[in-house]
Amino acid sequence: MAAEVVILGGGVGGTLTANLIAKQTNGQAHVTVVDATGKHVYQPGFLYVALGKQQPAALSHAETSLLRSSVDLVAEPAVKIDPAARTVQLASGRSLPYDQLVLATGSRTVMDEVPGAEGAYDFYTMAGASRLWDALQQFTGGKILVGVAGIPYKCPPAPVEFVFMLDDYLRARGIREQSEIKLLSPLNRAFTIETTSKLVQPILAERGIELCTFFNVETVDPATKTVNSLEGESLDYDLLVLVPPHRGQKVIEDSGLGDERGWVPVDKHTLKHTKFDHIWALGDTTDIPISKSGSVAHFEAPIVADEVTASAKGLPAPARVYEGKVMCFLETGRGKATTIQFDYDHPAKSPKPSRIWHWSKALFNKTYWHTVPQGRLPE
Amino acid sequence: MSTVQIDKSIDARGMACPGPLMNLIGAIRQGHVGDVIEVLSSDEGSKTDIPAWVTKAKQEMVEVVPEDGYARFVIRKVR
Repeated sequence: MAAEVVILGGGVGGTLTANLIAKQTNGQAHVTVVDATGKHVYQPGFLYVALGKQQPAALSHAETSLLRSSVDLVAEPAVKIDPAARTVQLASGRSLPYDQLVLATGSRTVMDEVPGAEGAYDFYTMAGASRLWDALQQFTGGKILVGVAGIPYKCPPAPVEFVFMLDDYLRARGIREQSEIKLLSPLNRAFTIETTSKLVQPILAERGIELCTFFNVETVDPATKTVNSLEGESLDYDLLVLVPPHRGQKVIEDSGLGDERGWVPVDKHTLKHTKFDHIWALGDTTDIPISKSGSVAHFEAPIVADEVTASAKGLPAPARVYEGKVMCFLETGRGKATTIQFDYDHPAKSPKPSRIWHWSKALFNKTYWHTVPQGRLPE
Repeated sequence: MSTVQIDKSIDARGMACPGPLMNLIGAIRQGHVGDVIEVLSSDEGSKTDIPAWVTKAKQEMVEVVPEDGYARFVIRKVR
C-alpha cells in the first residue's frame, strides 16, 4: 500500500518537494499538494512589478503545469491539521488523511498590525506592488521613506535592492534632485548580513540614499505623514513604503503547530517538527534562524524529500542534512548586482557588483519556471 | 546568580548575528512596560549590538553576565 504524503503549499518549497518525492518513491507514495489558489506565484518578481519592470501576469502559472503528472493537486484552503489523527481538514469540510505531512505554507503579511499603516505602500504582495507602481508614476518629488515594520521578513536584501532601483527610476525621470530617499533599517547596518552591508553602505552613500539605522517602524500617523519608531524617533514623508510584519499562515496557528507568530519549530538540520516525527516544514514556514527566501526553500526541499522518502519506504533517516545553504542576488542599481552565499558555518561573501550578476539574476528569474520547481538546478 | 524576576527568556545560543538582537526587538515589541527579558547569546556580535540597541531604544540594560561560552543579557522594557 502506497504511503499518503500530503504537502500544504504550492510555492517553491512545496512544489519542488512534491516533485522530488514523487520521483524518488516511484509509486511507493501517493503525493497530494494542497494549495489555496492552485496558482504558483513567483514572489521575487514583485520588486520589479513595483518599479514597472515586470508585468504581474507573467509571475503566475497554474500549479498543475509545474507538478509531475503523478502528483495530485487539491486547490482549496486547508483550515486545520490534526496531528494525532493524521488528517488535514479542508475548507469544504473534506478531510485528507496522511502518513507524512510537509508544511510549505510560507508566510503572510499583516500590515494591519502597524497602527496607521493601512495606506502605506509595499512590494510584498502582487496587489501592493501594483499599487506602489501606480503611486510612483504619479510621484513628482519629495521624501520617500522605505522602512521595515517587523522582523523576520521575506528576502532581507529586498529593501536595499528597492532603494537602489528607485534611485535609478527617479534619475531616469529627471526628478531625483527634487527627491529624498531614506532607508530605515531595523538594525545598525543596511540589513541582516554584516559583510554584504559593508559592501553596499558606501554605494548607498554615493547615490545620496540616507541610511537610518535602528529604526524599527512601530506606528504611522497618516494625518501628519509621520512614521514613528520603536526607538522613539519620528520622520516625515511624502510617500511611505513599508515591509509589512510577517507571520505564519493561519492554518498553522489554528492547529497549534507553530510558535506565537505561527512559525513552525523544526530541527535546523533535518527540518522535522520538534514534536511530531511525521511532520516536516521548510522555507518561510519554519522558525529556524535563517533568511526567509525562495533560495532557502529551494535548498531545503531535497533534504525534506529525502526524509519523507525514507519514512514512506520504512528506511532509516538519511544521512544528508540541511547545512543552512543560501544563495541569492542583490541588485545594486545602474545595471549591476552582487550575490550573497553562506551557510550555517560560513559567513556570507559578496563579490564586487557587476553586470554579470545583474544579468544572471534576470536569467534566473526568466528561466525559473523550467528549472527550480522540477529540480533541474544543482542542489 | 541574579535575583531579577525574568518574564521572558530567549535562548539564542548558537544563533548567528543578528538573530539574538532580532529576537530581543521582537520580544520588546510584543511585551508590556515593566517586563524583564533575558537573552542568552553565544554570538560575539551581540556584545556590541544588543547594548547599542538598548541604549538607542531607551530601554534599561539590567545586567550583562558572562557565562561559560555565552553571555546573558537582562533587559527591562521601560517605555
